[in-house]
Amino acid sequence: MSTATAARDRTTQRLRPAGRRRGLRRRGAATAYALLAPNLVLFGLFLLLPLVLTVALGFQETSGFGVGRWIGLGNYERMAADDVFWRSAVNTVVFAAVTVPLTLVGGLGLALLLDRPIRGRTLFRSLFYLPYVLSGVVVALLGRWIFNENVGVVNKVLRALGGDGVPWQSSGAPAMASIIAMVVWQSLGFCMVIYLAGLQGIPRERYEAARVDGATGWQIVRYVTVPGLRQTTFFLTVLMVIQSFQVFDVVFVLTGGGPGVSTELLVTYAYRQGFGARQQGYASAIGVVMFVVVLAFTVLWWRSQRDTEADT
Amino acid sequence: MSTGAAQRTAGTTARRAAPPARPGRSRPGWGRAALLAVVALFLLFPLYWLVATALAPRGDLQGSELRLWPSTIDLSNFSRPLTALPFGSWYVNSAAIAVVAVLITVVVNLLAGFVLAKMEFRGRNVVFLVLLATLMIPVQVVMIPQFRIVAELGWLNTYWAVIIPRAAEAFGVFLARQFMLSIPDDLLDAARLDGASAFRIFRSVVLPLSKPLIAVLVIFTFMYRWNELGWPLIVLRDPALYTVPVGLAFLQGQYTTDYSALMSMALLSTLPMVLVFAVFQRYLVEGIATTGLK
Repeated sequence: MSTATAARDRTTQRLRPAGRRRGLRRRGAATAYALLAPNLVLFGLFLLLPLVLTVALGFQETSGFGVGRWIGLGNYERMAADDVFWRSAVNTVVFAAVTVPLTLVGGLGLALLLDRPIRGRTLFRSLFYLPYVLSGVVVALLGRWIFNENVGVVNKVLRALGGDGVPWQSSGAPAMASIIAMVVWQSLGFCMVIYLAGLQGIPRERYEAARVDGATGWQIVRYVTVPGLRQTTFFLTVLMVIQSFQVFDVVFVLTGGGPGVSTELLVTYAYRQGFGARQQGYASAIGVVMFVVVLAFTVLWWRSQRDTEADT
Repeated sequence: MSTGAAQRTAGTTARRAAPPARPGRSRPGWGRAALLAVVALFLLFPLYWLVATALAPRGDLQGSELRLWPSTIDLSNFSRPLTALPFGSWYVNSAAIAVVAVLITVVVNLLAGFVLAKMEFRGRNVVFLVLLATLMIPVQVVMIPQFRIVAELGWLNTYWAVIIPRAAEAFGVFLARQFMLSIPDDLLDAARLDGASAFRIFRSVVLPLSKPLIAVLVIFTFMYRWNELGWPLIVLRDPALYTVPVGLAFLQGQYTTDYSALMSMALLSTLPMVLVFAVFQRYLVEGIATTGLK
């Protein structure tokens, strides 16, 4: 970018007397902000202002949607002693820690499978992507049906094979597993498409060099493909982690956080507090914690990435 | 996020528009085909099950013994919920909201992307960084103040409450900027020397070159707006104004065990999305490659 603009600067300098250029540029800034205005107003009013208000609300005790009372760190003290909050936090971390790697590895696998010519490649690419365009509600309804303990197809297949049905709805860990399965299924195609685009950026000379050196297929994947996709993986990891902190629809409809609170995530818990129990101050404080965690993860991940880049 | 990095990769791919197929081993690859078949069986089964359940007579696939295909096709699964609930108006609501939202978001994103990629002005980097940083705000974090603001504006129970607060999103701005960086400056300079205004340059030079970008923005925005549940669930309390996902969640409460009805409506709800996807999908991989989204 900087080289391009610098080049353009030089051209404009050659073509225009210096005094006039300055005037144009000043007008340019006005035009620029005029064109940006719709975006800036929307962002300011509906994202940045709410973010500030969330932080402020986090220090207040509210009832309903009325004006709150300042209580300092009260909400955070309550949170520290709230078992359901901690359970939701642990659930959220477990959910992200299982979902993100599964989706990335699975998406990469699909991309590798469909990168080279194979019969039906275009069709399979589209079909594998299809779950990603389904709504979270549809995915959750499908999950309820497939993982139904009595008449769901998964348990019926397990019983037909001579096993027992799994208590997908009445037991915590299987319920979480069913959510993870549905979310991974939904996002695999997206990772696949992004990885397919990433694979185009790896110079083919590297593959040829590896092959000349006698590398096996697996070694090529390990030492050429995976390192070549590092930028893609970095981007996808950040995106998937942020998304997994926002998975609301699937959980809300598939398990509603249950049985008990065993699949409650921070998002669904904050939602229940804010709009169910009408504890908007407390819900906002939970939101602040979520934001800080996502921010910290992104910064740390970005740093580690930069460090490995510096090493190599 | 990884702006610099994404830019670099974007540059590389944009130049290599259609790379030749990666040289593979010359063996026919039966192993790979078999693997693909197994993977496809697992990944496509839920889609098949959605369609099969929607079309099978009620109770056909819900009996206690394992049946994997419908004995016959029974469309009463569709008529049952359609006559009991106002799905028609829910579709109208969803369509109106999604279309208006896509229009606003895509125009606003294209403008912002153009300004951030191609115009020089004081504060540009700050604006861009702030926009990027908002990517890290999970939407639920700001939901409560957003709700309060919308309530203050008197928008509750209107389409605008759903459309406007989510109309600006940084992801689209980021994509638009990345894409427009790859448009050569010479083209814009030529127009500028002819005395064209910034907006004119945007409209007559940049827009015609941005078709893959527009396709990607339309797909992502439509998908996001057509599918979202949490926000409309909060700001639309009047059942007549529900969108399709909210209606589906409501249906789930009414028809808890009638999976035939649930699947039929779920299937119906995805058709517009599949249509948009089918129309725009051929641009998708190209668009993703050139927008540096990876």
